[in-house]
Amino acid sequence: MFSYEFMRNAFAAGTIIAIICGIMGVFVIARNMSFLTHTLSEIGFSGAAFGVFAGWAPLNGMLLFTVVSSVIVGQLSARSERREAATSAISALFIGMGILFLSLANKNASYATSILFGSVIGISAGDVQQMLWLSLLVLLVVFVIYRFLKFDSFDHTGARVKGLWTNALSVTFLVLLALSVSVAAQIVGSLLIFILLTLPAATAKYFAHTVGGMMVLAIVLALVGVWSGLTLSYVTNYPVSFFIAAIEAVFYFIALGWQKLQTAE
Amino acid sequence: MTAAPILKLEHLGVTFPNHPVFSDLNLTIRQGEFWSIVGKNGVGKTTLMRTVLHQLRPTHGQVAYLPNANEVKIGYVPQFRNIDADYPLTMRDFVGLNLTGWKWPWLSRKEREKVQTILTRTGLEAIANRPIGQASGGEKQKAYLAQALVEAPNLLILDESTASLDPVTKTELLDLVIELNKSLHLTVLFVTHDIPMARKYSSQYLMLTPNGAEQGPIGGLTQEKVWEGENV
Repeated sequence: MFSYEFMRNAFAAGTIIAIICGIMGVFVIARNMSFLTHTLSEIGFSGAAFGVFAGWAPLNGMLLFTVVSSVIVGQLSARSERREAATSAISALFIGMGILFLSLANKNASYATSILFGSVIGISAGDVQQMLWLSLLVLLVVFVIYRFLKFDSFDHTGARVKGLWTNALSVTFLVLLALSVSVAAQIVGSLLIFILLTLPAATAKYFAHTVGGMMVLAIVLALVGVWSGLTLSYVTNYPVSFFIAAIEAVFYFIALGWQKLQTAE
Repeated sequence: MTAAPILKLEHLGVTFPNHPVFSDLNLTIRQGEFWSIVGKNGVGKTTLMRTVLHQLRPTHGQVAYLPNANEVKIGYVPQFRNIDADYPLTMRDFVGLNLTGWKWPWLSRKEREKVQTILTRTGLEAIANRPIGQASGGEKQKAYLAQALVEAPNLLILDESTASLDPVTKTELLDLVIELNKSLHLTVLFVTHDIPMARKYSSQYLMLTPNGAEQGPIGGLTQEKVWEGENV
């Protein structure tokens, strides 16, 4: 399997993605942003389609759209009572735009499928390098603002009273999330990105005893999902995103069952 | 000898669009004093606390910290915190969240010792590694208090912190606060509807009413006075 360059690239990219998603996912879960993450992935689809239309690499189109829109989405959904409606409206708008851009670019349905559901064979060494730099940037910023982000994510009231710049933190986090979405979409596709950004951390929540432990476990679960998914995809020739989605969903349902047992005791 | 002032409200007023909440409020709070802030719902107690915390800009007057804003560290303990019961956030982790001064993601040895000292002082040592989501109402309030205390504040605000607690737990928590008030010379603002508790623990009171405010030594505060507050 590793004699093929595309598989080596896919494993390298998958490893980077799993680490980023494991770490960012902990904050996504703590900040209740699963739905917003889903919307960002749809915006990513639109961005990738725009990239194709404009003659750019899809990743660059994704980066442009997700980063700009993350700030707008964050502002529009700041008030919790309108969050879901605002997010749904933006989601619908961007899916429509993505279809329009693909149509304008004269690309067929299989191209759209590749953006939406990801592709293993399309990842070059250059893509891996770009993903690595973006991921290192995300990790560096998270490292620098970790304490503030953790405080604001797990105890927003306390962070506000402390006088932390919670609005600035929120925007910074959304930009980091947009970068993570763009990176991770390369393997699982823009439509299924929320799998890796939410499920491993949501599963880890039930087993870990500390925030650090939740982060480590989320990374491990994402790594297991990505590596197993890539291997099974190689062996069976079925889509990698199916296997990753199935594995992470199984982990999550096991966690729910385990939690139920714990509560019943 | 009279203690030095730590907080002064000078002609303070807050007006929401077409709705004055309070106006021309003057108050001097001195170091080590224990004030109860009382009044019916809607008279502006929470608005006043938000103004003191600089979360809300006053329409008139000012909030002055003495000798200067850098010398006054505020600890705030609210009634509720929106914390998911399933978060793997231990009591120890929760208390440590308030330590944001050090640059690394992990706590330094000195910071860990600080957290440990506060956990011991607030009686949470035995359950320090239990997730906060699984704690009882009283234990959670103690954790909120411990988090507020970990940065060694000199002004502590209890914003209806005891409202949802049973009488025994309420007394336990306030016994702890009064002990800290006396031993650390901690200034306390206690927002409450519980007049007997206010009378038991406070030295002074501020009663907000729709028509103004009244303040004085706690002996002058009665339940009847609060009920009749609208006529003040």
